[in-house]
Amino acid sequence: MTVVDLGMPGTRIAYGSGNLYEETPFPEHARSELGNQQMRANIGHATHTIRAKRGRVVGELPDWQDLRDAGSAIKQEVGARLPELLEQFEANVTARGGIVHWARNAAEANRIVTDLVRAKGVDEIIKVKSMATQEIGLNEHLEGQGIKSHETDLAELIVQLGDDKPSHILVPAIHKNRDEIREIFSRRMPGTGKTLTNEPAVLAEAARTYLREKFLDTTVAVSGANFGIAESGTLTVVESEGNGRMCLTLPKTLITVMGIEKLLPRFADLEVFTQLLPRSSTGERMNPYTSMWTGVAEGDGPEEFHLVLLDNGRSAVLGDPDGRSALHCIRCSACLNVCPVYEHAGGHAYGSTYPGPIGAILSPQLTGVAAEQNNSLPYASSLCGRCYEVCPVKIDIPSILVHLRDEDVRTKHGERDDAAAQQRSTVSAAREAEAAATGAQPEPAEHPDRVKKSRVPSEMDVLMKGAGVVMSSGKRMALAEKALPLGRGALKPFGGAKWLPGMVGGWTQERDIPVPPSQSFRNWWRKHGEETEQRVARDLGSTALAPSGPGEAPSSSLAGHIEEHAGWGAEAQAVIRARAGQSSGGESTKSSDATSTGEEQA
Amino acid sequence: MSENVTRPTDREQDAKAAILSRIRYALRDEPAAPEVPRDYRRASSLDHAEVVDMLEDRLVDYKANVYRETGESLPQRVGQLLGEAVTIVPEGLDESWIPDSVRTVRDRGDDGGPLTARELDGLGAVVTSSTVSCAETGTIFLNSHPDEGRRALSLVPDHHVCVVPLDSVVELIPEAFERVSHDRPITMISGPSATSDIELERVEGVHGPRTLDVILLG
Ligand code: SF4
Repeated sequence: MTVVDLGMPGTRIAYGSGNLYEETPFPEHARSELGNQQMRANIGHATHTIRAKRGRVVGELPDWQDLRDAGSAIKQEVGARLPELLEQFEANVTARGGIVHWARNAAEANRIVTDLVRAKGVDEIIKVKSMATQEIGLNEHLEGQGIKSHETDLAELIVQLGDDKPSHILVPAIHKNRDEIREIFSRRMPGTGKTLTNEPAVLAEAARTYLREKFLDTTVAVSGANFGIAESGTLTVVESEGNGRMCLTLPKTLITVMGIEKLLPRFADLEVFTQLLPRSSTGERMNPYTSMWTGVAEGDGPEEFHLVLLDNGRSAVLGDPDGRSALHCIRCSACLNVCPVYEHAGGHAYGSTYPGPIGAILSPQLTGVAAEQNNSLPYASSLCGRCYEVCPVKIDIPSILVHLRDEDVRTKHGERDDAAAQQRSTVSAAREAEAAATGAQPEPAEHPDRVKKSRVPSEMDVLMKGAGVVMSSGKRMALAEKALPLGRGALKPFGGAKWLPGMVGGWTQERDIPVPPSQSFRNWWRKHGEETEQRVARDLGSTALAPSGPGEAPSSSLAGHIEEHAGWGAEAQAVIRARAGQSSGGESTKSSDATSTGEEQA
Repeated sequence: MSENVTRPTDREQDAKAAILSRIRYALRDEPAAPEVPRDYRRASSLDHAEVVDMLEDRLVDYKANVYRETGESLPQRVGQLLGEAVTIVPEGLDESWIPDSVRTVRDRGDDGGPLTARELDGLGAVVTSSTVSCAETGTIFLNSHPDEGRRALSLVPDHHVCVVPLDSVVELIPEAFERVSHDRPITMISGPSATSDIELERVEGVHGPRTLDVILLG
């Protein structure tokens, strides 16, 4: 298929900003926690537990693959029909008494919400956990404007009271154990005192009492949305604790911030996604509470409902046919729980609201891969393919990773100069805007025009060689992967955390990940090393697949489907072949084309 | 709606045009919307009795208390479950379900308007009916009908007694969605509220009712 460049101005492509990359180094305490065994143990325990639960409940459904196929097709349909669906959605929300606002980027969304809160004359709001509001840094922004935002999800509350950052989409406080939580609560919750023990039930009770007052008194709530239904204007929030129901029901004014990709065409599509999401996410047949509302319901819930539709780089992601399916994500976090890199690096290391495999593709696509803060993320993966196997909407994460690595390599070779300049300037502009809003001194950002493009092959190039050479050979791919633990091993002599040599260098330089204890990493590698051989065998088309090694969590019921769905490797190679064909054809990238969309696709 | 509602500004209208134009540009390769394959189960192949058993099993699994009653035995069970609790009863609820022994209140404050959240917080329990229940997931759907009340009623009191008429029990999620209307708010309830945020240890009851009693009626 040939994509025709209509010659529209490149400014039509706009990248996102906000909490999609790290601006400042982690506070000291976060650094020490990341490096310690406790954090690793917590993450390991959590991911393995959830993954086993997920396997059990997914295995109960005889039609799981049919649901995945439906989910994937519905999300593709949403992408293809997005303008029309958004207009339909807006019309329906409006017809039912809701008020729709549009926000091009994080700053605009923050300003809209701030103005809405101010108009109500309040300086406190309650909030339901929402990735979109975290992406735009809403809490920090409101704080700067003198508005206190109370997170009401238990984990978010722990994170907020501890002046910390979430480390997992689903269980943001997964890196804190009960003693640490008890300490935070007794320090920050008035009236908890000595009676507070470290029992989870006691801690949950303390949170209930603390938050109940906020629920009863606060008149403005802010939420995200899991789904928005175009044909009816209905919004959906999926949750466990009831804090969502409180926020959606009790306040007079509700403000919902929703990414434009969260649409579903039909109300009946919820029958697919309310099955896919909870089983993939918490490993439950159904989450305790799901709320749906359409505009304003007379005599039931908020009297005023505002919906803020957020772009912030999503349209840019949509513009890349090889990467756009990242927008299908329903934020279930199943891919995090199976990812060996996530398990060892932890959520903070990704430096974005979106961690794990989905973060590794979504964050760099939202900001543009040339945004230095994110250009190394596509390398934060061993391409083992498990994320694809568990993804309820079948996002081919490994293939997109390979595609983005290729984009990155081409950027470094100066083949995407215009796109790169725009991506970099989005980051520095957002930085300056936020600094202006808070009155702080902006971090000196290099002017995009002055950023030097390296035309010298980098270390990464040598390893990746345009990804094609390495990926085309299973053996060589295995070698490239093995470089990862070697790189870690080589850390010691350099004294630690600041950088890792070789291909993961940029990643750690920006993110400053403390080194996981090397001993356990090697142990881990020894245990899982042979999986590389399996991957190689699979890539080479061998049908035999060794059973999961010992020490694996009880393998999900999808185990039997692995072969069937191991096809991503083939797709990745098709991408690479297409790329190789292009460069050998000597075709240069059109300079007016800020993303790769102007290219020929396989 | 109050007078001081904040309307979208011109700037936001510009933002809408800009976003839609970005999206159209992003889709200039004109990707096709695929036909959605719906090969998943949409109709039950089980006996109704099996479906009801499955619902009971799944509800218990998620720590709800389940009772099976007939129209005759129902009031006694309701009375026993509510005990001394001051109980709010939605306007449309069948009054014959509630025995005289129960201390009930209606959703009307001294000023004639609905109870405030704080007033609801002072109550002990709520009794509601339900619209449809999905056995496979153990999920009860409330659809803000008169016998279910507005959403806050089944949320703020700490004890929810929910009556599930047997003819409202279906096996599958798609079957359940056919019976609810998005014209009114929908609340899907699967067991009492819960959190696993502290070391993944499940704690029943955070903000919603900590006790969920389900009465299968029929
Ligand atoms: S990419 Fe797939 S598996 Fe990962 S969070 Fe999104 S929907 Fe879940």
